[in-house]
Amino acid sequence: MADSLVPVLEAQEKMDTDKMWVIWGPQHPFSHGLWTLKLQIDGEFCVDADPIVGYLHRGWEKETENRDYARIIPMTDRLCYCASMTYSHLYCMTVEKALGIDIPEKAKYIRIVADEVCRIQSHLMWLAAVGTDMGNLTVFLWAMREREYFLDLNVKLCGARMTTNYPRIGGVRNDITELFDRDILRAVDRFEKAMWDIIYLIDDSSVFVSRMRNISFLTREQCANMGLTGPAMRGCGVDFDIRRDDPYDNYDKVDFEVPVLNKESKVGDTYDRYMIRIEEMFQSCDIIRQAVAKIRAIGKNAPYRIKTPTRVPAGTTFGRLEDPRGESIMYLVSDGTDKPYRLKVRSPIFTNVSCSKVMCEGVRIADVPAVLAQIDMCLGETDR
Amino acid sequence: MPYQSILDFINFADPYENPFTPFMSSNLPYDLCYGLWEIIGGTIAWLIALLFGSNVVSDWLLRDDVTVLFAMILFMLVIFIVAFVVVLLNLWMERKVLGRLMDRRGTMIGLKGFLQCVADGLKTFMKENTIPAKVDKMTYIWCVSLIVGLSCFVACMVPLSNRWYVVNYDTGLIIIMAFYALAPFFILVSGWAQNNKYSLIGGIRAAELMISYEVPMLIIIATTSLLVGSFNINDIVAAQSEIWFIIPMCLGFIVFFFCAIAECERPPFDIAEAETELVEGWQTEYAGMKWGLIMLGDYLRGSVSCGMVAIMFLGGWTIPFIGGTAIPEIIFLIKAWFVFFLMILVRGAIARVRPDQILNLGWKVFMPLAVFNLAIAVLLKIGGFY
Repeated sequence: MADSLVPVLEAQEKMDTDKMWVIWGPQHPFSHGLWTLKLQIDGEFCVDADPIVGYLHRGWEKETENRDYARIIPMTDRLCYCASMTYSHLYCMTVEKALGIDIPEKAKYIRIVADEVCRIQSHLMWLAAVGTDMGNLTVFLWAMREREYFLDLNVKLCGARMTTNYPRIGGVRNDITELFDRDILRAVDRFEKAMWDIIYLIDDSSVFVSRMRNISFLTREQCANMGLTGPAMRGCGVDFDIRRDDPYDNYDKVDFEVPVLNKESKVGDTYDRYMIRIEEMFQSCDIIRQAVAKIRAIGKNAPYRIKTPTRVPAGTTFGRLEDPRGESIMYLVSDGTDKPYRLKVRSPIFTNVSCSKVMCEGVRIADVPAVLAQIDMCLGETDR
Repeated sequence: MPYQSILDFINFADPYENPFTPFMSSNLPYDLCYGLWEIIGGTIAWLIALLFGSNVVSDWLLRDDVTVLFAMILFMLVIFIVAFVVVLLNLWMERKVLGRLMDRRGTMIGLKGFLQCVADGLKTFMKENTIPAKVDKMTYIWCVSLIVGLSCFVACMVPLSNRWYVVNYDTGLIIIMAFYALAPFFILVSGWAQNNKYSLIGGIRAAELMISYEVPMLIIIATTSLLVGSFNINDIVAAQSEIWFIIPMCLGFIVFFFCAIAECERPPFDIAEAETELVEGWQTEYAGMKWGLIMLGDYLRGSVSCGMVAIMFLGGWTIPFIGGTAIPEIIFLIKAWFVFFLMILVRGAIARVRPDQILNLGWKVFMPLAVFNLAIAVLLKIGGFY
């Protein structure tokens, strides 16, 4: 450094500058939903962050206590419109566990297909949000265009685009519709080709990559300590996926890889977290292909739903599954009536967003949307 | 009063015979406006004379200097309206091309979307004119006027051809770039005046942006005038009659093109109004008509950027080996629109650049390239090619 600069820098250090709190939200273009991020900035760098959630609290958990078990399913769709299928699935799975019943094979595979379609469309929604957060609308619209094909599949399967109301306690509402298996395979094949357009647009652009590379490092230990789950955790090198490590339904009978940061690198940056979700979409395509083959092998007239009792025996049940955003948990306390005594939802985002303090420390203001886009905010499930 | 024919009041004189005429060479819009005012002014003078006999007003209207005055007012209107229409076409093109890039139709209001600009203008015009409580009112209002005014001024200063110009200075290029560079200063001031943290950060970022692109840009301009030996825009265009400057100065073209995008704060260099992090940056507190005017100013500056690229690197209004055509203005506008089309492609393809990356880009990439380009130009000049 030039000697002439030293006195200037010394004077700068002595200067009595104040750090400034900038409040992002609850209505701010980067917060996809209603939440607030309080950022303390020192010049261009963030030194502290404080997320505030709760603007969308609807008393979801309390409301479930006044409904019988079957009528809670439509409410689970409203937890997160991107991951409606996985939440209904989780709820039905938890209640089935409490009842101690096993559902037909076909229903298990249909649920896998529905879950993976849900995962792909949720990740595409996230990709669209990454596009706008980085200031590029082309990525947004291309991702939304691809998402439409999967929403159409939802329509074909159950009649609704987003709030699907499809899984049932004891199976699924209806069998796969005519030609659904053909259409989904076509859509998946098409998607795998079309996805490369978006990947070329992002990964081949040094601007995109340099916006995400080398910012907001997280180690495995930090992830474990903060309770970060899902793709963001796997992007930091923690090799854990409930679908593989604690399989539910028939995930142990399909063959897939869990995308995870390679073992050599100790820390993951924003770009690693971004890549995990992209790879997950391709893995989901593989899972869909295998599950559809299994459904075809089972045959057309196999049962897809069994009758279940309306009253759940007293006790506590714990169910968890791999949501597109992380680990979703439902904890059910039943008292032998037809209504739950307590239904607790553990939302992955509620925990992940609490990591924003660590994730935002030391990054520039302009990087904050890029960093927090990797959490994939969804306020419906966070505030419940 | 003796009856006098209207033709006695209207004289179809050559505007350049008028001793007060401000232009030395032919100027198409001025010719048109002069002829128009001769008819309008002569008719008014005749009507007044018909009613009141010979009077002072009629004599005043028929004076040479008064004719020039009114012709100049009409001339300014024509120049501004043409610049404005060019901007509206730019806006339409941006919407349509971006739409095609993003796999959608773009705007569809009116005839193929042409009326969207009118709808936007009306909408911003009808909105309530709010002034936030704790802003510095004087600065808050005047900054808009200055930014928009300077943008209009610069947009009108760009000549469309050697017969469609406002002034034909020997320092035309310097004048345009000097006024062009003034607006970011007022962005900084208005960011401070709004008493809003987002605006303040946006204003500071505008200054940061300015110090990163302005220097390489001016080096490129110096290079061009070094090759030509003049700052006169006509000379710069005439020097490219055989070969466009984009060929000897391809590096300079690339640098100047990106600096021109940064100059008009278009994405990906729109860090001063970065939507995702700063809401709307320095424009956060502006609403309604003020915001509409700011957007208009942005696009006026965008069209200036394209025009400057077309003049300095793409031969302006001439075609190589053919030279001038009957419609030099259209030739020039087609080139400018092509540059704008490239800007839209850049906007559609890449993400917003971070402020520190722009500083790095400006000082570590554009600056050496610009100096290298200058060296090439010096060698060409020494070698006697220009």
